[in-house]
Amino acid sequence: MIRSSFDAIVIGGGLVGAAIAYGLQRQGLATLLLDEGDIAFRASRGNFGLVWVQSKGLGAPHYQRWTRGSAEEWPKLAAELQQRTGIGTGLQQPGGVHICLDEEEFAQRDAYMAQLRREAGNLGLEYRMIRGAEARDMLPGLGPGVAGVSWTPYDGHASPLYLLRALHTGFTGAGGTYRPDARVDGAACAPHDFRIDAAGQSFRSPRVVLAAGLGNADLAPQFGLHAPVRPQRGQILVTERARNLMLMPTTTIRQTEEGSLMLGDSKEEVGFDLGQTPEAMKMIANRAVRAFPWVADLNIVRAWSALRVMAPDGLPIYDQSLRYPGAFTANCHSGVTLAGIHANRLAPMIAAGQLEPDMAPFSAERFDVRSAA
Amino acid sequence: MFAQRPDIRPATVDVFVAGQPVRVPEGATAAAAVLLAGLPAIRETPVTGSPRLPYCMMGVCFDCLAEIDGIANRQSCTVAVRPGMRIEPQRGARPAWREGAVHEG
Repeated sequence: MIRSSFDAIVIGGGLVGAAIAYGLQRQGLATLLLDEGDIAFRASRGNFGLVWVQSKGLGAPHYQRWTRGSAEEWPKLAAELQQRTGIGTGLQQPGGVHICLDEEEFAQRDAYMAQLRREAGNLGLEYRMIRGAEARDMLPGLGPGVAGVSWTPYDGHASPLYLLRALHTGFTGAGGTYRPDARVDGAACAPHDFRIDAAGQSFRSPRVVLAAGLGNADLAPQFGLHAPVRPQRGQILVTERARNLMLMPTTTIRQTEEGSLMLGDSKEEVGFDLGQTPEAMKMIANRAVRAFPWVADLNIVRAWSALRVMAPDGLPIYDQSLRYPGAFTANCHSGVTLAGIHANRLAPMIAAGQLEPDMAPFSAERFDVRSAA
Repeated sequence: MFAQRPDIRPATVDVFVAGQPVRVPEGATAAAAVLLAGLPAIRETPVTGSPRLPYCMMGVCFDCLAEIDGIANRQSCTVAVRPGMRIEPQRGARPAWREGAVHEG
């Protein structure tokens, strides 16, 4: 038996839950992290590993700001985790590019980035659209047919698995209580007073954070919250290790610290199906080889699929329950990118009992039907 | 799924392991040739440079990676020998692209 009363309970031990739990515990809140275990869908284990800014938040300046904020928090988080746990997360933020294989893609991207900059307002957005010849000087081995790239200085990448391990180690090292194989069986809610039943025990806390990924859809209504998330499948191919040659990550190709190339990704609406398909793998390999022809010589040694946690508009959901204050939701499909801000800014808000006013656009209330004016 | 264990066969196939000739039975794997050659290591890992020899002999552990007939990072335990095969140590990560190389993509 472990203690049964905590300052905070976080449901979900993936990247989102672990980052929040780490942030809460670091702030001195005795925190319990309930993790479903290996049978969970666990998007964190399939994450591509980008710390990515340049494709995020069109039409949603608050999301652009949040993502940029997280890219800024990341070096602090990575250094702190390294220092506390000895685990390196492999963070590199050399800037990144989105590769446009043909003129049509380049024109679309140009318009996209220009709109993103307009929406950035006072935050500003530094980017460049770079044509093929110059791009080939910048990225050795870039294919002759590539029309160009969009570049920003904010982008980077990290190892999702080392990050997850570092967050867990940092959390327990700071005194946090981790409970695996603890799927939530039941809950009793009152404002700032929650009872969570899991792993044959009952736990009490004035705060509970739902960070159960796709599990939040069923969990949230029990807490007076709403998390209409659905699975979106992504497939990834991984090559044998090659000597370091990629100077910066791209939206769909990155070279890990150890030398493997990761090739992504697909976006498939297939429900809770973790299968892999030759069609998606072929599309991924084909685009990668058009971008970098030498990739064709590399052996593929692994491939996997995972399920993104998608809200109807593709943006994160952060909420506090109106009916049962003290209960929060946190849902997103960018558990690596947003780890910095989840640990360093979201967790303090949850500890303080209040999401800051500029978080309001992330509320799931945006999906409610509104009456016409 | 299961095949009958073969009779002990005479060594009849000549291959080269790190340049040294080794004679092995027909149907043996390149990894078996590596073990017969008595090398201290067939690969060095890409990250720490740790020396490795074939271990699982069933395609799982990747410790038998070798450059076979000019192709890098092959799992030598899954490759059958053929006469004249050249099995070279895999030293760390393979090169994938060189400045100035012409690629027929």
